[in-house]
Amino acid sequence: MAFWVSQSLNALALGGLLFMLASGFSLIFGLMRVANLAHGALFMLGAYLGLATVKAGFGFWTAAAASAVLVGLLGGVIERTLLRRLAGRTLPQVLLTLGLAFIIADACLMAWGGDPMRLPPPPELSGAVRVGDAVFPRYRLFVIGASAAVALGLWLLVERTRAGAMIRAAVDDVGMARAVGVSASTLFTAVFCLGTALAGLGGVIGGPILSVYPSLDQDMLPLALLVVILGGAGSLAGAFVGAYAIGFIYTFGQVLVPDLAYVILFLPMIAVLSVAPQGLFGRRLG
Amino acid sequence: MAEPALRIDGLSKQFGGLPAVSDVSLDIMSGERHLLLGPNGAGKTTLFNLVCGDLTPTRGSIRLFGSELVGLPPRRRAAFGLARTYQILTLFPHETLCRNVMLALNGLRREKWRAWTAFGTDARLRAEALAVLDRVKLADLADRPVSQTAYGDRRRLEIAMALALSPRLLLLDEPLAGLSRDERVTVQALLAELPSDVTVVLIEHDMDVALAFAERITLLHHGRVVTTGSRADIAADPRTREVYLGA
Amino acid sequence: MSARALPFALALVAMALVPLVSTSPFYVNLTSQVAIAAIGALGLNVLVGHAGLNSLGFAVFPGLAAYLVAWLSTVGGFDPVPAGLLALAGTLLVSAGFALVALRTTGLGFVMITMALCQIVWGAAYRWTSVTGGDNGLSGIARPGAGLGLERPEVFLWLCLCVLALALLQLGRFFDSPLGVALRGSRDQPRRMNAVGYDVWRIRFVAWMLAAAWGAAAGLLYAWYHQFVSPHMMAVTASAEVLLMVVAGGAGTLAGPLVGAALVVLLKNLASIWIERWVMLLGFTFVVIVLVVPDGIVPGLGRLKGALKRMRPASGPTISKLVPREGADG
Repeated sequence: MAFWVSQSLNALALGGLLFMLASGFSLIFGLMRVANLAHGALFMLGAYLGLATVKAGFGFWTAAAASAVLVGLLGGVIERTLLRRLAGRTLPQVLLTLGLAFIIADACLMAWGGDPMRLPPPPELSGAVRVGDAVFPRYRLFVIGASAAVALGLWLLVERTRAGAMIRAAVDDVGMARAVGVSASTLFTAVFCLGTALAGLGGVIGGPILSVYPSLDQDMLPLALLVVILGGAGSLAGAFVGAYAIGFIYTFGQVLVPDLAYVILFLPMIAVLSVAPQGLFGRRLG
Repeated sequence: MAEPALRIDGLSKQFGGLPAVSDVSLDIMSGERHLLLGPNGAGKTTLFNLVCGDLTPTRGSIRLFGSELVGLPPRRRAAFGLARTYQILTLFPHETLCRNVMLALNGLRREKWRAWTAFGTDARLRAEALAVLDRVKLADLADRPVSQTAYGDRRRLEIAMALALSPRLLLLDEPLAGLSRDERVTVQALLAELPSDVTVVLIEHDMDVALAFAERITLLHHGRVVTTGSRADIAADPRTREVYLGA
Repeated sequence: MSARALPFALALVAMALVPLVSTSPFYVNLTSQVAIAAIGALGLNVLVGHAGLNSLGFAVFPGLAAYLVAWLSTVGGFDPVPAGLLALAGTLLVSAGFALVALRTTGLGFVMITMALCQIVWGAAYRWTSVTGGDNGLSGIARPGAGLGLERPEVFLWLCLCVLALALLQLGRFFDSPLGVALRGSRDQPRRMNAVGYDVWRIRFVAWMLAAAWGAAAGLLYAWYHQFVSPHMMAVTASAEVLLMVVAGGAGTLAGPLVGAALVVLLKNLASIWIERWVMLLGFTFVVIVLVVPDGIVPGLGRLKGALKRMRPASGPTISKLVPREGADG
């Protein structure tokens, strides 16, 4: 029993991290029709930046804020200076973001070396909580709560604010949104910053659980892609459901059939694609 | 009474709860020239998309010469003798006019699966394509890439692509859209020369051309059939004025 | 031999003569690597250049074939040739299954799903240690043709070039064939293709299987060349390298993948000599190609040639200006 409960909590924590990664990817995808393949690398960069900030003597929370802001700014620069030139051209955009992913990943390797490093959780969240005969690391509970808070915040932003209304309108039809006065240019940059900042934040929050190592980006990006394929691109609800589904399947897969955990991830993708190629909550992409 | 060429029965299509076509029933006789009339958003193009199979109806049946089409993919409907043109030009811009038509001609033939012999050297296919291009007065431009032709030529190629299938039912979606006065006359003459056994359904906003061409007219509004009848019936019907001026 | 085939024949002959010019096995092996990479890139070009399907998981085809032949000829105890044939058949079988998933989408969905599919197989190779050897991979793969001297670098190069010649011949004819034209048709106007009677899904399936077949051929040669396979050949960077070859050379052209393969393999080897940062160099190459020659080197050179011709007035017959210039590959 304790096994199931503690693994479920692990799954919820991983799902929460995946949501932070995939929600940004999905928002960018839905709005701009760009698959930002540098998203995994930005997640890893966030983790390394957080680690560097902590090592420089600042606290964990400062590190989280700094990473989110820096990675978000980098995202904004990428969107403004490079992606913008390639608007509407799928293959060049894919190649560009892929190239940037390689550059960022190799720069991290150059700066921080190849050894895995642990990002310590903040002292107030270290230690464990005992519930019945199960013991949970306090930090994982925080991750579950924090990612749920991020999800709620994003939902409120998209559904309840004027900026969110613009995003929804532009996801539906950019031309129409422009016609009613939405500045697509500003909106695109803002959403790209937001999405990449979430990736950077996710990297720091995930650091104490996943630890920080050179191929972290290549481990996370495919999971984020799976989340988006499952949930449907451009849908926050889809990213939410997809992230926790993948979190559970991957966590339990790794414990129960470690050899094939990665292959098992594939099964829900086949199931969903055979029924709904656009994903559970997505619209068909033209 | 003979079986109609096209019998549409109780056809409906909804997009996420919004009806685009509602309970449309329509008989079009063999060899008839039929005009679909109605303001923008009346459901005319949606009706075409349902007949040719790009869309699946929510309800209803579509029979072509007695065969049910609903459930068949577009390529199978082409084999039943159905061809259409598109309001937005749907051509292969990198290929020549001749190769565009050759590609369309090949669509219903087994030769399309050949993966070793050269496409361009099939003299018989090329001759057939030239004959089709000749019908739309484009034979002299046969070897020019589509990207280097005028818009009016592309409109005619759009029709040639459909004629290549030797259709029994031809759906023409605004074949005159964007054409100059002279080009309109050319296309109008071309439509007049279509073989009389081909059944033609037309969507067109140029009333002079459309009314000169069509014998029977169906007035659509908000996805429903308002009325069907001869030219004179529709012109005299007060609902026609109502749809165009009132609503 | 047609005039179009001549440059390809010359390139192949030049590559075949490398062992006679250079006594060092380094250049012979480098040429073999270029040939193997070119076979794979030609396969991917069917999807990217002609079907308009941008795969980011191409490495799954060579990866499957290499792992199958490795497993069959080491653990399975098969002789190299039957092992190779079985690996080819097995790769095609699995690829056909993958097609059912991947071809349900186009555009960015296809990009993501092909990447995911390759990651799954990579994951199996990496984690399923009892079968695949995990990160250590499988080694000791025997080369075929013991009597033909295929263990010698120059003979192996000639085998690679024979396969490359076969790929060029088959794909060159395919791209000009009715089916090849129909494939580009279903890339540009799938709706029209459907309406005039083509089965767009089936055409794409053929393209997918063709890519898989040449990818598998490259994978077999790769396994026999290195006599070793590891999960790295299915990493995202491996798929990205093949994609870079196609795009850098010129997607949709026959010569492009060849030029791109030479470029990437040479770059990679030079990088390994002077600098350690291949991945970063790969990344920068992507960015530069996208921003400078987005449609690739071969079409880029074609345009340059056209521009130079136009800059020299009255030197050539003026009629050449009136004849529309054909694209590099129709």
